[in-house]
Parts: sequence; structure tokens; C-alpha cells
Amino acid sequence: MSLVFSHAIVVGASSGVGAEIARQLASRGCAVALLGRRAAELQAVAAQIAATGRGRAITRAHDVREHELVPALLEELIAELGGLDLLVYAAGIMNLPREGEYDAVRDRDEVTVNLLGAMAWTAPVAARFEAKRAGTIVAISSIAGERGRRTFPAYSTSKAGLSAWMEALRNRVSRHGVNVVTVKPGFMDTRVLDQVERKPKGALLTSPERGAELILAAARRGGSPSVFVPWFWWPIAMIVRHLPSFVFRRLNF
Amino acid sequence: MPLRTTAAWRVLDGFGGSVRSLSRSVSPESVEQLAEAFATARAEGWTVSFRGAGRSYGDASLSTGQLSVDSRAMRRILSFDPRTGVLEAEGGVSIAEIWRHTLPHGWWPAVVPGTMYPTMGGCVAMNIHGKNCFKVGPFGDHVLELDLLTASGERKTLSRERDRELFLAVIAGLGLLGAVTRVKLQLKRVESGRMRVTPIVAENLLQMFDAFEQRMPTSDYAVGWVDCFASGRSLGRGLVHVAHHLHEHDDPEARRSLAVEAQELPGSIIGLPKSLLWAFMKPFTNDLGMRLVNQAKYVLPEPVEEDGAYRQSHAGFAFLLDFVPDWRLAYGEAGFIQVQLFVPDANARDVLAEALRLCQRRGVVSYLGVFKRHRPDDYLLSHGLDGWSLALDFKVPRHAQRLWDTAAELTRLVRDAGGTYYPAKDQVVDAGSFARAFGDRLVRFRELRRRVDPGGLFANDQARRLGIV
Repeated sequence: MSLVFSHAIVVGASSGVGAEIARQLASRGCAVALLGRRAAELQAVAAQIAATGRGRAITRAHDVREHELVPALLEELIAELGGLDLLVYAAGIMNLPREGEYDAVRDRDEVTVNLLGAMAWTAPVAARFEAKRAGTIVAISSIAGERGRRTFPAYSTSKAGLSAWMEALRNRVSRHGVNVVTVKPGFMDTRVLDQVERKPKGALLTSPERGAELILAAARRGGSPSVFVPWFWWPIAMIVRHLPSFVFRRLNF
Repeated sequence: MPLRTTAAWRVLDGFGGSVRSLSRSVSPESVEQLAEAFATARAEGWTVSFRGAGRSYGDASLSTGQLSVDSRAMRRILSFDPRTGVLEAEGGVSIAEIWRHTLPHGWWPAVVPGTMYPTMGGCVAMNIHGKNCFKVGPFGDHVLELDLLTASGERKTLSRERDRELFLAVIAGLGLLGAVTRVKLQLKRVESGRMRVTPIVAENLLQMFDAFEQRMPTSDYAVGWVDCFASGRSLGRGLVHVAHHLHEHDDPEARRSLAVEAQELPGSIIGLPKSLLWAFMKPFTNDLGMRLVNQAKYVLPEPVEEDGAYRQSHAGFAFLLDFVPDWRLAYGEAGFIQVQLFVPDANARDVLAEALRLCQRRGVVSYLGVFKRHRPDDYLLSHGLDGWSLALDFKVPRHAQRLWDTAAELTRLVRDAGGTYYPAKDQVVDAGSFARAFGDRLVRFRELRRRVDPGGLFANDQARRLGIV
């Protein structure tokens, strides 16, 4: 089975893997709505898409913290696109607290963007897709959500929550023909990683272009998968997931 | 905050599971909250529809992209007088909640449908009928009084004496004139919790009509089951069940059987947990399987006693559709539809036989046929008529065009026979046929609606399809 996406919304499309997913969707003729906080960057991506002459892009500046704006905005975008068969939630922020630093405000912000924003967008879209018995929902979670991590506590918490939410959504709507895709990248070479001191290199680091290709390929295959991107993170995640806590707490990652 | 921001999204389906809508939903808990929802919806440019138990088969409680008011948060029984059998309840109270409340005192709802879950609001809006329709009329005939919350937030008390015209339009009014927030009902006195049920074999459709004609004058309930696969000389064969209320002196169990526990349906059937039964039915929901099931039902004897009858609880006899929970799921992902043909007595024998033959010719055979006698009533959009009905359940196959074509032919058959349509079951009737069937009554209903709801606040997918709004 290979799904064809013709009307998509990408939340978090101003940079990184979200922007790349939008570009690749458009290159196959898809009409894409680009959402993000930074209007200028969205327009730059839209301009690149327009320059290729393939697909169609519309942009809307939107802060995913403003959950109450979602219902009306969603209706507006669907009307403007002329339909909806794919939602990609790619918005995400990461904060690395210093040793001994505990910042409740920033922690809450991460959960608001990474998890609550995803819930605000995916729930009404799932309802719509359940009603029409079709559609694909993709959310970019993270391998970081497999365990609570000392280096990015709130981030791993928000991603664990996001993975659980997506699984719950899958269990609700996959029986109605809706394709719910959880993506768990390892290290993707985007802004999120810029703050990491020793940024991984080489084969461990995935480019946004390659990441977007893998994500869209998984989405097109259907069958509501939960995938690691690239695949080799799967055995690593299996090990990490089963490390006993008395070992895990002594490790440095 | 606006409803557009706060209202929950809800995927609503008809009971047949073959039609859906994505709606926004609120569950007001009081008349004040309900009035507020009306005002907010109007301000945001939404129409309002009502959803009770969701037991209408088609799109009666759906409203695509609009506001759906869930009535189940308003479900209090307000009063009950065990001496007179008069009960007052909010619109979201179900038949089940009522009989469980009243039967121990010797009172049973005068009219119940084949399932106990519909709400008062739904029973009024559809003017539902039961297996005793020929004798006691439809639901509306037992409503003493009701409260209607109109689009403007005004609360009107209606009865046959008070604002009669509106009363007769709200009953069978499809929820298009306002919300029914209170219903005052007259219940029926019963001395026993059981009835004497007599099965009668009908070898063909004419015998079924004859059995009804003979038994109706002396029976309290009568319902026919039709094997729609039978053809030729057996066309329309089936079973008629007539039932009689038992008096205290006829039934040694009379008092004890009034207890709610004596009414409940068994928890398992031939050792299978009831909640999973639908899955075991699924392999039979095809033409071959259902031909066998119908054949077996026709041939297998029922456990009658010496008098040719058996004793059955009210709930067991009335709520056949609740016997297997979730049975609709056995029809599979695409669900099923019901087409109920209401035809005048004068030509019912020919028309219903023709309907059965038509289905067989088209290769679209109903898996369940149910036959009843009706009588006319005075509610504007009521399906009631001096005639008969045959309800046909059809599985919706993956490629359903043949089913829709056949359903359209059945709609025309009823129209040309001077019959009526019943929105509680309907999902296929076209606006032209509906207008033909209801004629001047539909015109009067529309005029009344313009007066009571000038802004057209109340609407639903079915009313739009039928051209009522």
C-alpha cells in the first residue's frame, strides 16, 4: 500500500525536519499549509516551494502554545487547502538544564509545545479522520521519550507523553482506517541539537532531508507504524528501554 | 469563550453505523445552560441538533460541522405518582430508566420501541411506536404535557389543551422546533411483570395479514417476523407473536415478576458471554448465512406450554433488539440500513408482497423483516396511518450502489402506494418523496417552524436531506 497525500498541514514547518517534510510533500504535488511561529521563515520555505512550480504552499504564523486558536484555524486551513489527508506535527523545543538547575517555567513550556500542542492539533484532526474513515497523522516524537533522561528531563518527559498519546490515538482510530504514525528520530541535524555540547557526528547524525524522506516513506506505507529514524536506533532503543534503573542512573547520557 | 474553541468534537453515527457526521458537542446540565448554548450557537452561526441515545438508524441525530446538543446530561426523573401512573421526566431520561423506576409499582410505559435505550426527547421527536400500535397508538398519545425550550430561550408548556397546534407539531417534529426539556407521561397499569406470548406460524404473507386481523381484537401486542428469503408460494412467510397482559389471578408469579431483577435479560446465551455474541454472529451476516438463520427460525419450534403460549417478561418481549448487545457490529464496518415501508391498508397486501419480490429480483434481500399494524394519528409529521408496516434491515456491502438503487425503488413504491415515511429509521428517502407523502402537513409544519424558530436555529442532516428545513 502506498498512500498519496494531496492536502497536508505541517505544524512546525519554519525550519528543520518540518520544513523539509513540507518541501518534499510539495515536490510530489501536495498542497501544504505551513505553520510556525516565524512568519518570515515560513514564507522563505513557501517561496522555495513556489519556485519549484510543484505543489502549493500557504503559510500561517501560529504559536502552538495558543491551543484555543486551533479549532477555528483548522477549519480555515481545510477550507483553504480544499481538504485534508495528512497532518504532520513537527513542532518541538528542547531545553538542556545545567547541572543543578531546575527551571519549572521552561519545563512547562516544553510540555506545552511538544505535548499539549500536539494534543490540541491531533485530536480534532483524528475526529475528522475517524468520521471519514481515512487520513494520516504523523507526530515527531523522539528516542529521548523511551526513558527519563538526566540531560533533558522535561524534553524526555514531553516526548514520552507524546509517544503514549500517539499510541492511544492509534488504538482509538486505526480500527477506523486512520493511519497514525509515531516517529522517533535519533539525532537529527536541526536547531534543536545546536545547544548540545558534543554534537554527534557521522553516521549517528541524520540530515533533515534524509529524515524527512524516511518519515514520509513510513507514513505512505500505512498501517499505523511507530518507527525509529533511521532504523538502527531500534535495537539501541530496545537496549536502553530495558536497562535496569540502577545501571541507567549511572550513565552520562 | 466561544463554543468553537471549547466544544468537544464528536464523531456521531446513526444506529445502523453506515452514516456519520463530525459535529461539535455540548452536554448542558440545566435548562439555563441549554438556553445559553442556543444563544452562543446562534452568535457563532451554527445550527443546533439534538442527540439522545443515538438510536435512530440513519442521520436523524447527525449534523455535519454543526453543534450537537447531547441531551443525556439532563436525565432526572422529576416526579412519579404510583397511584395514578403519571410520570414527569427530563428529555434525556431513557425508557430503561423509566420502567426500572415504575415497574415495581405496577406501571409500564404505554408505548415502547424494540429497544429500551431511546430518550424521552427522542421518543417525542420521532413519535415512536411499539408492538401495540394498532391498539394504543403511538408515543404521543400518552404524552399529557411537555415543556419546549424554543430558539429564543422561551420555555413553553404544551398539551392538547394548551397551544395544541404546537403540541401536535413538536410530537414527531424531529427536534426542529426546540428542545423537549420535560415530558409528562401517562403509564399503563400492569398486574404482572410477565405476558402470555403466543406464536403463530404464517406460511405466507396473506396468512400473516389474516393472523393479525383475527388476533388483534383480543390481543395487547402483535408483531410479525418475516423470512425475506422465502419466495413463491411461501413469499412473506414467518411468525406472528401476539401477547396478552396477565392479571394477578392468572399468574402465580405476578407480584414477584414486577421486580426489576425478574426483567433483566440473561447475561449469557448458550454459554457465550452476551457482550461477545455479536462477534459470533458476524460469520452469518451474508446471504447464505442469513438464509440459514431465517430458515432455522421459521422451522424450529418455540418452547410453548399446553395452552400454546409461553410466559415472557415485559423487557424480554418488548426489547428484542437489546437481547444481543452491540449486535449492529455483526454487520461489519459498513453497517446496515433499515427501510420501513408504511403502506395504507387498502393496498398493503399487494404492495408489501411486491416489495419482497422486488428485493429478491434485485438480489438485495433483507436479513430481518418485521411486520406491524398501525393507526392514524394527528401529529403533523407523524408516520402513523391506517395501514401496515414492513421493516427491512439490509447490510451495506462494500460496493453498495445496488442497495441504494433498490432502496430508492422501495421509496417510490411507498410513495406511489400513498404511504408514509418514518425518520427514526430513514436514511434513504429523497425530499421529493417526503414532500409528496406529507403534502399539506409539511407546508403547515414549515410555517409553524418559521413562527417558532424564525432564524432557523434547529436543523440536522436528515432534515436537510428531506427538505424540511
